[in-house]
Parts: sequence; structure tokens; C-alpha cells
Amino acid sequence: MQITSPQFKENARIALTDVGLQKALGNVKTGFPQKRANAVARLPEFDQLRDQGRDLKNHIIANLDIYLEEFEANVIKNGGHVHWCRTSEDARQTILKICQDKGAKTVTKGKSMVTEEINLNEHLEANGITPIETDLGEYILQLRGEHPSHIIAPAIHLNLEDVSETFHAHHNKPKSMDPAVLMQEAREELRARFVAADVGITGANFLVAETGSSIIVTNEGNGDLTQTLPKTHIVVTSIEKVVPTLEDMTLFLRLLARSATGQEFTVYNTLSTGPKRPEDQDGPEDYHVVLVDNGRSDMVGGELQDMLRCIRCAACMNHCPVYGAIGGHSYGWVYPGPMGSVLTPQMIGIEKAALLPNASTFCGKCESVCPVHIPLPKLMRHWRKNEFERHLTPKAARWGIKTWAFFAKRPSLYRLLSQTSNRMLRLLGGKKGRIHKLPMVSGWTDHRDMPVPSSKTFMQQWNEKQKAGH
Amino acid sequence: MSKSDILNTIRRGLGRGVPSDAERQQVLARIERHERNLIPMRAQGSEAEIQTLFIEMAKEAAAEVIELPTLQALPVAVSQWLQAANIPDLVMASDAELKSLDWSVLHPIVQHERVALAGDLASLTLAFMGIAETGTLMLYSRKESPTTLNFLPDNHLVVLKRQDIVGVYEEAWARVRNLSPGQLPRTVNMITGPSRSADIEQRLQMGAHGPRALTIFLIG
Repeated sequence: MQITSPQFKENARIALTDVGLQKALGNVKTGFPQKRANAVARLPEFDQLRDQGRDLKNHIIANLDIYLEEFEANVIKNGGHVHWCRTSEDARQTILKICQDKGAKTVTKGKSMVTEEINLNEHLEANGITPIETDLGEYILQLRGEHPSHIIAPAIHLNLEDVSETFHAHHNKPKSMDPAVLMQEAREELRARFVAADVGITGANFLVAETGSSIIVTNEGNGDLTQTLPKTHIVVTSIEKVVPTLEDMTLFLRLLARSATGQEFTVYNTLSTGPKRPEDQDGPEDYHVVLVDNGRSDMVGGELQDMLRCIRCAACMNHCPVYGAIGGHSYGWVYPGPMGSVLTPQMIGIEKAALLPNASTFCGKCESVCPVHIPLPKLMRHWRKNEFERHLTPKAARWGIKTWAFFAKRPSLYRLLSQTSNRMLRLLGGKKGRIHKLPMVSGWTDHRDMPVPSSKTFMQQWNEKQKAGH
Repeated sequence: MSKSDILNTIRRGLGRGVPSDAERQQVLARIERHERNLIPMRAQGSEAEIQTLFIEMAKEAAAEVIELPTLQALPVAVSQWLQAANIPDLVMASDAELKSLDWSVLHPIVQHERVALAGDLASLTLAFMGIAETGTLMLYSRKESPTTLNFLPDNHLVVLKRQDIVGVYEEAWARVRNLSPGQLPRTVNMITGPSRSADIEQRLQMGAHGPRALTIFLIG
């Protein structure tokens, strides 16, 4: 997909005035956080599970090479194949070759963000193979020629009217505004294609080293039809998804659904282990796992290592005030929200994605809901520092930071300046105590008033309280 | 070579080379032990409490639960269910336990033993376990029970014996491991209620691509 992260500011400005998008985003803010909170409240051990999840992921990363090799050995033992792909290009070529060897014409796909990351659909199409997205949200987007704006609710930026119009344009059916009817249409349209597909491609939520299995977690059942009906099943996934045992996978399953949709458990949790057995009547004859690296191994041992714990639940974006205001497409690449602001610079380069880690108020909500305690604000700060050091920060911002640093290193000058500006701001605020317009910060005052500061600066109050013996 | 490139990059990041035999053995031993992590208290009550919890949670996930005293009562109950739904065909798993029952009562409903095909309206399969924690059924693929039966038909009827209800997933894994030591069945399905999607405006709709209805016949 085309990268528009460098135009983040412009994207965000357009998003803020997009009436349809703003209406649709209302569904994120009211839906997911409340559902998650309810699910968490029903499980008293939730926070303990989060701590264990963090520790287990850290253990896995510290032994990642061993677990990956063990996983591979067990896939092979079960009659499957493992393909290691350092780059997106390696992964695209590998998958295309498997499809071509099978003479594939159509490929059904379960929901997979890694296939978005490697631009798989475009590559298959360019080589005469038709990919068919089967997750309802992804199917809607494929018809519209769009990409997901959310990692678990891909079409969350759309409203019912949009889906209704899209289906009317593509299905030979009367226009409907009933979501149940629309879903039924998609079900009927896709049924024959599930059966006809030569290859089924799914992602994986986890890979189990112990058994050589992949697991997918879906509510629709599309992933299961995708991986059961075609003769070839390709799992496209990434190296950090490996877990040691079924018990360890279970720990993450208890965290995943609750953090993501607020469900107690997702409807279908399906383990796949190798191809069909000689006596089985259905199931794929070939089972391939494509292990995508794409910059992840470089995160091991570095400042971004904690990000490898991510289980892709989307809680961080569901709770992010910035995501909630501008939606996922504004971020300009595959992964939006706080987790995207950390991952995108790693995958497409900080020079293109520098604005993303800056699109945060550092309110800390993302970290507070993360099921594996990823310090997302800290990791975004890492990128800001990196950006500054590499002189990618805009001149005005660099000048501002340098000016601030000059005063911050000279406390008495700093205090004098803050006392003076405090007085000036209060003068500007007048009796109302609010400032309507302020030069240089119109980005703020164009949209809301600036409150005047309290009558005494922090340091003045501190000194008074110290003297008073508090 | 991608594989060595990836592994070497990981090892460089970890500040070590190829793991020593001792390091590898330590990790493999951890897998071998497959110890349980923290298990929520919710589903650790008495047998009766666990069974009640299973029924509650399954219903919460929008499954229908029909309790039957014995397995012998199943054919009549299935026949009634299909008649009420006006479904003329049933695709069945061929497990010996199911086949041993007298299915003549189904007449005139036609019974098939095969994989599921697009357009099938109802299937009947045997659950391996029920997991009370979230009202989840566990099924697995085998010659007698093709996986398509669990996903393609519009209605999925599942037989679960009360004695096969356990509290938590971990107990089910312990039993899955004993099925055929050293290898899992090709697929293990954990199913919690019927198919659904909220992809249109976050409004929940039942019956996306999998079964629109999940009915559990609970035996005993």
C-alpha cells in the first residue's frame, strides 16, 4: 500500500473535518473501551495474568532462536513446511511460488495484518492470482479498494450507508440498510469462493513450539473455512508469535479476547497442526508456515525490544485519544495508533514516519490497558529522541527545544521568565480567566480557549509550602 | 539465506552466539514440563458448579443448550429440533457412539455421513470436551468427524456428555495430549457460540460465515 505517513498532519486535518469518519469513530470510543472494562471486571486475576504475560513474552524473546527452531522442527515432524523470510520481498516471492506450484487461480484469505505489511494482495494480483478477502470487514474494504484502518476492526472507519452503497454497487441485490441483510449477502457471495479456492491463506495469533501448531482466533468462522477447504493452507505470520506450550498459549488467549473485543472468549480458536492425515476426509494436503521477519529480529536486544511482546489486541488504539480523533488511515501505513507509532518507523524508516511518535499526548492510557505492559510512551519517546538526533525534527521545533533547554539549564532565569509570562497570561485572560487568542499557539486557541495559569508558579507555591513546614 | 540471517540477528541482539547444549536443554525442558500458568478461580469449583457454569457461559455466548437424560434420547431430540426448523437433511459424524443409536426415528429426514458441502443446513458432531470457564466446546478432526461439519452447515448440533465437562482449558489440553502422544490431531477447534461479526458499525450480527446457530445436546 502507498505510504502516506509523511503527510500525517495533512491526513489528520482532513480526518478531523470528515463528517462520516467522525461519526464512525464514535463507535470506537463508546464500544471497545466499555466492553473491555466489563470483561476485565469479571476476571479478578486479569492483572496477574498481564504480569505473567509480560514475563513469559520476555522469556520467549530471550530464547527466541531456540523456540523458533523447535517450532520448525515440530512443523516438519508433522509433515508441514516452514519458510524463513527476512524481508517483505522474500515473503511475497515465497508465497507466490507456493501458489504458482499449485497452479492456483484464486486464493481465499483470512484476516492477516502481516499480509498487509508485506503487500501480498497486490503482488498476487500482479501475477495473475486473485486474492479474496473473507473477513467481513476486509471483504468490504477489498470491494472499495481500501486498506484496514484498525488491526481487529478493519472497516471501523465506515458507516452503514457506506457498506450499503458498496454492496449495492457490487452485488446484484436491492439496496439494503439492514446490517443483517448485508452480512447475509456477503455470506452468500463468498460461499462458492471458499469452496473453489485453490489456496487458503491465514495469519496466526500464536505459534506453538511444543506441537508445531498455529492458532487463529476469529468470530466469523471465515478463517476456518479458509484453512479447511482449499488443498493448500499457507500460514503467513511473524517470528515473535511463537510461544513454548499449549499452556503458555492459553495464558495469552485469556488476555487476548478480553483486551480486544471485550469478549470472554472469541468464538473460534482453532489450532492447525500439519496437513490432513491419510485417513482424514477433509483438510489441506499441504501446510506451509511463512515466518516473516521484516525488521523484527533487529529489535531484539535494542530499545524497541519490548514491542516484540505485542499480541495485536488493539486495546492501545481503542483507548487512544489521538486515534479516536483521526482514525487509522491518518497514520498512513498498516499499523495505526500507539503500537503503530512504535512499529511503523522500524518498518518503513523513521525519516518517513517521524510524525507518528509525535502524535501522542503521552497520556499513558495505551500502556495502562496493554495486556503485556508494553511501555508505549517510552518507546515513542525513543523515536522522538532518535528523530532529534538525526536532525529530522523540523527547524522550528528544534529551535523551540533548544531555547527551552537554554532556560531550563539556568534555573533563576527560568523562574524569572515563568513568573513574567504567568503575569502576562493572566493579564491577557482578564476577568474571564480564559484566553481566546494567543500568538504562536493558534493551533490551540483556534479550537478552544487557553485557561490562564494559577496566580503563583509551581516553584513559588513549592517554596511557600516548604516554609510553612508542609 | 534468510533462516541463518534471522537467527544470527536474533543472537546478536541477545549478545550470544549459537546457544550451548545446556541452554537449549533448559528451554526444551521447560517445554517438556509444560507447566500451567495462573488459572482463574472461576472454574475451579465442584463438579456440579462447573457444569452449571458451563451451561451459563455457553448460553451467554448464544449457544442453545438442550439437556437430555441419556444418549438414547438423542435421536428423538435431534429429530424434533430438525422438524421444528423445517430442515430435511442432516450430515452426521460417524463416531461409533453416534452410530450405535437408533436413528430410524429421523425418518423422513435424510441422514448423510460425509464431509459438509456448501448449502448443507445442519450437521451433528460429537464434542470431545466442554470447558466451563467460557462455555467452550472442544472438537478435533479425525476420520469419523471431518472439520467441515463444524463450519459449513447453517446449523451445528453438538453432542456433549456431562462427564466430559472440565473447568479450564488446561484440563482439556491434558486430555488432548493423550489422544495420540507426540502429535496433535490435524485440527483442534474451540467453539464458543455461533458465528458472528460486528464489522458493520460495531453492531453485532449473528451468522457470519460459520453456523448461524449452535445447539448443544448435553447428555446425562
